[in-house]
Order: sequence, then structure tokens, then C-alpha cells
Amino acid sequence: MFKSIKIRMAITAIVCLVALYFLIPTLIPQLPSPWNEYFPKDKIHLGLDLQGGMHLVLEVDTEKAMESMMERSANDLKESLMENKVRFRKVERATGATISLELTDSAGRATLDKILRDHYLDLEVASSAPHEGGQTVILKINDKRAIDLKKLTVEHSLETIRNRVDQFGIAEPEIVPEGDNRIMIQLPGIQDPERAKNLIGKTALLEFKIVDDESSLDEALRGNIPEGDIIAYGLRTDKATGQKGSMPYLIKNKTLLTGASLETAKVQISDRFGEPNVSIKFNSQGSTDFDRITNDNVRRRLAIVLDGVVHSAPVIQERISGGQAQITGNFTMDEARDLAIVLRAGALPAPVNILEERTVGPSLGSDSIRHGILATLIGSLLVILFMIVYYRLSGAIADLALIINIVLVLGVLVLFKATLTLPGIAGLLLTIGVAVDANILIFERIREELRTGKTVRLALETGYNRAFLTIIDTHITGIVSAIFLIIFGTGPIKGFAVTTIIGLSASLFTAVFVTRVIFDYFTRNFNIKKLSI
Amino acid sequence: MSMELIKQGIHLDFVGKMKYAIIFSTIVAIISIGSVILHRGLNLGIDFAGGSIIQVKFQNDVSADQIRVALKSTKLESSTIQQFGEKEFLIHTHESFSDQKMLAANVVQPLSAAFNKDYEIRRVEVVGSKVGADFTRKAVIAVILSWLAMLIYVGWRFEFRYGLGGIIALIHDVIIIIGTISILNMEFTLTILAAIFFIIGFSINDTIVVLDRVRENVKLNPKQKLGDVINKSVNQTLSRTILTSLTVFLTVLALFFFGGAVIHDFSLALLVGVVFGTYSSVFISCPIVLLFEKQQPSNMKGKK
Repeated sequence: MFKSIKIRMAITAIVCLVALYFLIPTLIPQLPSPWNEYFPKDKIHLGLDLQGGMHLVLEVDTEKAMESMMERSANDLKESLMENKVRFRKVERATGATISLELTDSAGRATLDKILRDHYLDLEVASSAPHEGGQTVILKINDKRAIDLKKLTVEHSLETIRNRVDQFGIAEPEIVPEGDNRIMIQLPGIQDPERAKNLIGKTALLEFKIVDDESSLDEALRGNIPEGDIIAYGLRTDKATGQKGSMPYLIKNKTLLTGASLETAKVQISDRFGEPNVSIKFNSQGSTDFDRITNDNVRRRLAIVLDGVVHSAPVIQERISGGQAQITGNFTMDEARDLAIVLRAGALPAPVNILEERTVGPSLGSDSIRHGILATLIGSLLVILFMIVYYRLSGAIADLALIINIVLVLGVLVLFKATLTLPGIAGLLLTIGVAVDANILIFERIREELRTGKTVRLALETGYNRAFLTIIDTHITGIVSAIFLIIFGTGPIKGFAVTTIIGLSASLFTAVFVTRVIFDYFTRNFNIKKLSI
Repeated sequence: MSMELIKQGIHLDFVGKMKYAIIFSTIVAIISIGSVILHRGLNLGIDFAGGSIIQVKFQNDVSADQIRVALKSTKLESSTIQQFGEKEFLIHTHESFSDQKMLAANVVQPLSAAFNKDYEIRRVEVVGSKVGADFTRKAVIAVILSWLAMLIYVGWRFEFRYGLGGIIALIHDVIIIIGTISILNMEFTLTILAAIFFIIGFSINDTIVVLDRVRENVKLNPKQKLGDVINKSVNQTLSRTILTSLTVFLTVLALFFFGGAVIHDFSLALLVGVVFGTYSSVFISCPIVLLFEKQQPSNMKGKK
């Protein structure tokens, strides 16, 4: 490779210095003032299993998003059909993401097709069956559009969750898509995992609907729900007993306004009881709509529904201009604050399910760091001692290479912003065990060559050359087997794979290149007759 | 005078003993597979089977039975409770507590009622069955692909039959690690899988070192019988094989004793793997190469 020993020594020195440069902030956490300007800021990034925190994998229920989109389309379509005087018996969302449509007049089909062509490009006719006095048409979303919509839903969810987490104030969160419809979230150092999960997983669909006070709630509860109405429940706390119960409301299904029309939301303390509530402000379109809605419904009750639960249903006393409103409902301070965050960040376009959760408390994390460091120190000391006892000075040279190897691995971890996990530490330690293998191979070979009576320099030369291909082979197979672990993608195991891969690559450099430089330096500058090996 | 673990000029008859090695390995493999069958499959951890584990550390001495009593008539009633280090326990259930209220109602409230607040929940892991099924599928594919990759690599660098010898040794190692896990009734987790992959890489290394030497010796003495060449090569590389295994063994030992409860099973799987990985590359992969050679002689000389 490089014949000149000076060039090789320079390469060794530069590589070590670069690794150290990246490691300084980790080794000396509080650099004195003029120095900290010259070094990078990044420390070794510890995995959640070491620093404590929460790892979540969410699944975005894109099917649900499709269904609610079809629900809306069905309602719109109903209006379009009426405008165009097409006679139909019913238009409703059928199973999954389809719309079932019953035309009472076969002549209406042509108009329907025209309406679909002109205004509903996403929809297409899946099947149609004629029957007595009309035909039944099943509509579905066209496949290409469905794929796009699902992708958009996931992207939108990701963005919303990112917003929420940012506003919640967690340092260095990691929120990335995984596969088709999954989102991986890592929240280091989280104190209250339940609250975080609540904040992230809440759909936060805010809807304003009118309470139907003209029909009987009791009658509806018995099963006679008037056309276009639904029963929704609200939470009620009995002021006297403090017992929590639920309270039914009969409300009109039509959503008048949603959280999408909000400009902002913030926590306010009400004057009377010192209870927190969430004050919302609509954007300009929302304000206009709210103005109109309140004007049209004076004396009626407006239900504020969040994720299907009625939070409050105050009576509209008069037309409200200016686009301000309050959501009350027995919140604690934290609940109010979190609700304001999710309202500001917006609703999730689809419900999310938690598929995987791993939470490690900070105390377990620091225990693991302690154990990991202890095991690594003892393990490497054992190997270092063994090498010195068995191979004397040559062993010491291999040990030096080992230490450089550890520095390189840690430096590369910082450089690539890779994560060190507990299995990662184990991987580092195991790499130490394997890395000396290269030196053992070389040294055993050198011993053999020396036994045949070769000079020290020649024995070194042959030993290194003969062992080289074998070492390449063993390292490549080690790296290949570690690469297969990366596909599992979960934090700790990936950390193991990453340190093993970096460690083996570094060992190719340290165990072969670096030790050779040291041997060559001594054999060329001093007249060495006998090798301490 | 340098230190030598293996005397130079040693000449043990490995090839002569291969009959016994194959009998021994077959018995161990049958015991391993038998144990898995008797246990009705592996005791899969939540990574693969789905479920929840909750690690709780108590301030006072508490027994597993006390915890079991505390969790009576909750959804955790039928969970396994396992001591995990000092005053620390793992509660393992097949329920996936994705809903936080479930966790509060089934763990926090009953534990608080029984032990005041003198405990700390240090870790909660919940894996849904869907993710578990994903991991299982990936694990099987990854192990098989890694075997194939090794077969192709060794086949490319040496010869296909040499690759086959190496792969059979790898399959042998994996079966024995899985058997050990089954016999000790340990859980098969993602970390155990990581240990298996490490052993796959480690074991094939030893095989390659010996095969490299075989190739070199074949070139030096083209007339010699392959059995003798293999025996000579194994002996020549014996000290390296043992030394390397020893250094790796030392590091694994350090992990086992000092690495803490979280990676205890991982270290145990590695300990077993290192021992059998070393054994298999000497006693299994080489004899198999020889077996194939007897079936169909090949010409190693042409290869570089």
C-alpha cells in the first residue's frame, strides 16, 4: 500500500486526531470558554434504553380516513343530486370506503355520471345493478387516488404529531415514518409517558353541532332517533358527590364548523372558580361562519364535540361576532394545556393505534450505563492483560491498536450521529474480543515464520501478508451478519448492529494497518534481532 | 521464551475423531429440537408474540408471591412474575396494554394499594401482535438470508462445498443456541436474535481461517490426501482458534457477570454460542467438507 513509513504514521495520527476531535465534547462535558468554540457540540447520542424515554410505533388508520372522506362525499353528493333534480331513494356510505346509491329513476343515471365527471373526480362507479324502477350504484375511490390519499393522510398525521410534540417541549424528539402507514416516535427523557401518549394519540377532531331540543331525548334513547340526529355523550361530574358519570345529548349530525377553522387556542383561567378553560379564536372564514351559525341558532344549544365527546353545550344567547369562544369542562391545568396544544396543532386526519411502546425510566437507563461501562472496562482489561501476558511487547502493540479502535468507534458514532444503546455497548465489547483476532492471526503466523528461521523483518512481512486475506474474509462475514440485524429497525438491536459494523471496519484499520506501522517503525529504526512475541 | 497455550508441532487426529463429533452433535441437536417440541415451541418474548412487560423495582424486600397476590383479580392475574435482579421484578403478560388507562387500572392501582408507593416502574414495553408477527417473519427471513449470504461468500472465495460445510456448522450452532434457550426455558427475544447473528458471524470466521489454511496447504502439497491436509490445517490453526475464542469468551464473560440483568440472557446465549461455534468450525464444518470430497472429489488447486 503505502511504502513510506512517514506517510503511514501521518495517516494513523490524523485518523486518531479526527476521532478524538469528535469525542472531546463527550469526554469533557464542560469545555472551558475559549476552547468550546473550536470543537463540535454533539456528544455521543445515547439510546432511549440508556438515557430513559419513550419509543412508540403508531399505525395510522388510513382506512378510517378513507371512510370519513366517503362519508363527506356521500353528503355532498346527496346535495348535488338534489340540485340536479335526480330522484333517488338513498345515498349513504356502505361497507368500507364505498357509497351506495339507489336511483329511483333509470334516467337519472346519465345525470349522475355527468355530476361525477364534473365534480367528483376521485370517485368512480364500482358496480351498478338495475332493479325495479331504478338502479343501485356502488361508488368507490379510484385506486390511484386512494393510494395518494393514504400517503397524504400519513404525511399529514406525521406533521400534526411533530407539531404537537414541538409545542409540548421535548428536547430532541425523533419522529419518522416507517413503512407504508407507520410512524416511529422517540421521546428522550420523558417524565410522564401517559400524558405524552395522550397528547400524541388524541385525534382532536373538534366539531360544533346544534343540540336537537325539538325532539325528545328520552324517545331517542329508546331507539327512535329522528332522521339526521345522533346521540352523543358528555362527561358530567356531580358537584355534590364528585362522582363522574356520562350524560346523553341528542344532537344534529351535521357538523357546522370544525377545528380546522381555528386560528389559535390558549389556556385561560376563568374568573369565577379559578378553573382553567381553553379559549379558541377562529380564523377569518371561521369567524364569518361562527357569526352566521350563532345568528341562525339563537336560543338553541351549541354542542362543542371533541372526538365524539360533548364537552359542553351552552345556549347561544345572542349572535357572536369576532370569532371567540371558550371550551369549558372540568379540566386540570395539564389537560387544558394539552388540549390547547392539540387544537393549535390541528386534528389528526385519521385515528392512530399504538402498535409498540417501550418506555425506560431514567433510573434504569443510568443503571444500564453503569453496567455497560463496567462490563466494557473489565472485558477490555481482561483482553488487554491477556494479550500482554501472551504476546509481550507485540501484545502491547495490539492493545494500543485496540484502544485506538475503541476511540474510532466512538468518534464515528458521534460523526454519523448514530445512537449508542446497551446492546451497542455489548457490541463494542464483543468487537474488542473479535478485533484482537486479527492480531492473533498475524502473530501466530509470525511465530510460525520465526520458527522456520526467518529474520524478524521477513517474518513480519510474511506474517502480515499471509494473514491479510484471511482477515479480510473474517471481517466481511462479521459485517454481513450484522447488516441483517439492521432490518429490524428497533433502537437497541440496531445499536448493536451499528457498533459491530463500525467496530469491525475500524479493526481492519487498527489491527492491520496501525500495528504494522508500529512494527515497521521499530524494525527499521532499531536493529531488532529478536521479536518480543 | 514465548508463552504457548498449544505446543508447537501438535498433531491431534481431528479427522479420525470426526465420527464421534458427528454422533455427539447429532445427539445434542436432537435434544435441542426435542426440547423445543416438548415445550410446544419456543417461549417467545413479547417482541415476537406480542404482549407487555413491566419492570418494577421495590424499595423493600418483596416476593413474587406477594406481587401475585396484589395483582389478583386484575388483567395481570395470569401474568408471569420473574425476579430480575435485587428487589426487582418483571411482570410479563400476553395482553397488549396499548391503552394507558388499562396500565393504570391493572398495575399502578393494585401495586400502590399493596405496597404503598414504595416501588418504581422502571420499564414498560408493549408490543402489539401485529408488530410481533412482523418481527417473527423478519427474523426467520433474516436468519435464512444470512445463511445464504455466508454460503455464497464462502462459495465464492473458496468452493461451493466448502460453503456447505460452513453453513451446516452454522445451522448446527443456531439449533444448539435455540435448544439451550428452550431447555433453560428462557424467552426468545430480539436480543437473543442479535446474539445468534453475532455467533453466525463468529463461527463462520473460524471456519474461514481453517479453510484458508487448507487451501494454502493444498497448494504446497498437491499430492497429499485431503483428510491429512485438513487435519494438518486444523492443527496449525488450533492455537489461533483457541486464543480467539478465549478473548471473545473473556469479553462475553464480562458481559455475563457485569452487564446487568437487561442483557443477561443475551450474554448467556453468547457464552453457549462461542463454545459451540468454536467446536463446530473445527469438528463439524471440516469433516463435512471431507464427506463431500469423498462423494465427489474436487480440485482445489486451480483456485486462488
